[in-house]
Amino acid sequence: MPKTTSVRSNKIKVAGATIAFNVIGYILISILALVCLIPFIILISGSFSVEQEIRLHGLSILPQGFSTEAYEFVFRQPMDIIRAYGITIFITAVGAGVGLILLTMTAFVISRKDFKYRNVISFYFYFTTLFNGGMVCTYIFFIRYYHLKDSLLALILPGLCPVFYMLIMRNFIQALPTALIESAKIDGAGEVRIFFQIVLPLLGSGLATIGLFIALGYWNDWYNAMLYINSEWKFPLQYMLYNMTQKAAAMSRIATLLGIPVEDLPSTTLKLAMAVIATGPIILLYPFLQKYFVKGVTIGSVKG
Amino acid sequence: MKKHGFLYELRKNKALFLMAAPAVLLTFFLAYLPMSGLVLAFKNFNYSLGVFGSAWNGFDNFAYLFQSGTGWLITRNTILYNLMNLITSQFVAVIVAIIISEMVGRLYKRFVQSVIFLPYFISWVIVGIFAYNLFNYETGVLNGLLRAMGSEPLNLYTSENAWMWVFIICLFNMWKWTGYNSIIYIAAITGIDAECYEAADIDGANIFHKIWYITFPAIRPTIITMILLQVGRILRGDFEMFYQLVGSSGQLFQVTDVIDTYVFRSLATSGNLGMTAAASFYQSAVCFILVIVVNKIVSKIDQDSALF
Repeated sequence: MPKTTSVRSNKIKVAGATIAFNVIGYILISILALVCLIPFIILISGSFSVEQEIRLHGLSILPQGFSTEAYEFVFRQPMDIIRAYGITIFITAVGAGVGLILLTMTAFVISRKDFKYRNVISFYFYFTTLFNGGMVCTYIFFIRYYHLKDSLLALILPGLCPVFYMLIMRNFIQALPTALIESAKIDGAGEVRIFFQIVLPLLGSGLATIGLFIALGYWNDWYNAMLYINSEWKFPLQYMLYNMTQKAAAMSRIATLLGIPVEDLPSTTLKLAMAVIATGPIILLYPFLQKYFVKGVTIGSVKG
Repeated sequence: MKKHGFLYELRKNKALFLMAAPAVLLTFFLAYLPMSGLVLAFKNFNYSLGVFGSAWNGFDNFAYLFQSGTGWLITRNTILYNLMNLITSQFVAVIVAIIISEMVGRLYKRFVQSVIFLPYFISWVIVGIFAYNLFNYETGVLNGLLRAMGSEPLNLYTSENAWMWVFIICLFNMWKWTGYNSIIYIAAITGIDAECYEAADIDGANIFHKIWYITFPAIRPTIITMILLQVGRILRGDFEMFYQLVGSSGQLFQVTDVIDTYVFRSLATSGNLGMTAAASFYQSAVCFILVIVVNKIVSKIDQDSALF
């Protein structure tokens, strides 16, 4: 029976290939996952290390000694970090709230297949991603003509209406059954009413997804603060952290606040502890919010 | 067809126009009006005279930018980094997506996917802190390991070792984006008809045949679209990444300076704004032309893969 043997040996070969693929695949993917995690582990163990040990041996995956000194320093004068948190939460909430309304309304307009100018309006937005004045022009206009130097508006306005998210939102709206909008129109509902009473309530997960993307942008923003904000009390969290890691002046300010000489400040562990405190909320919320982001990326990749 | 003119549309769809108006106005003030600042590229900027009061100087700014060598250097760096990052990050994302799609253990699959997506959520400030703590001379993890093995520690922030940053930047870019990009490919793989694989099973194809003859061709349009989207940005450096990883380490600029970091530096040090605007103008113009040309070519070859 040569035929059955060949079929059987082929089956074994097929199964062997699958096993080989899976073994290599699992190993590769586990290494990659480790690489993604290790910096976070180094950050956390570094923040719990003893400063002198780090100066001697350098950072590593395990804590060098164990100490909560860095966190004690941060919380002895917590006003700076509380204020920075406040600023970040404020711009994130206002920006994501206002931005989401603006962006969804516009996405509704350009999703309407029966609206003659939808392509013109879409291109009006899309064009800005292809051609723009860049950092210099925006900077000059913000400072010189809009007088936004040191204003929190300079942190909120730039991220309010990202074109890419507007297009994703349009995909979300286009996935709704058009019959609903048509029948509402026949019943005599105006566009505004259709939007607020029919489209918005059906858009639940789309709103959550895009709202979270906009919010993440604000939460992680440091760049606009670097360009426009001078007063330290207006620094959002990420920029405050950046400022602290870069400037000796920021470190000596902390030392003065605590009334100790700068040399006694556990500077490396302190910076790492601040980084942990600034990233904490994202890591904690991540498991619950991740699915919305995955959905957003998936819908965004469907060409509209 | 007079009744279908703009005014007719405006009256008929008043509500729709009103709803789009806030975002249209916002974009006008944030993007379109500042574009007029690009006239600076053709002017000798004088702060007291302002953008529109300064005197014209033709193409002098462009000439200076390229004659000084800076223009070529930052163009070369920007293009090479983008090409390298594009190829490596898409390649790794495709491989990761294929492996994850084939994984059987659901719990581990979800865990791994979450972990790989995590770096996308972290600000570049934090990534900059990671990089510094991995590579700095005194306390960095890398040098700690080198010292423990009895080797000489490496100072990566000097010009002799600057070339290593090409790989460091590439790795960090991959680290940040692999999760995000692989989700797009996983979605494309999920959309493949399961019958194709069943038919291949009956024909005795092994897993490598199936990946090569079914999965790859099926996700090819997605790969092309992703690459096209990036080609249009070939002259745009990821400012946040370069600035946070390299910062103001002047010794590395020869290797790491891209158009966007150059523009920022001259803005921060009140350098020649005319020349900076020239760099921005040139960057935007080339990007715009590239997108139009590439899209034209693609739509000739394969209408479905075109961007618009």
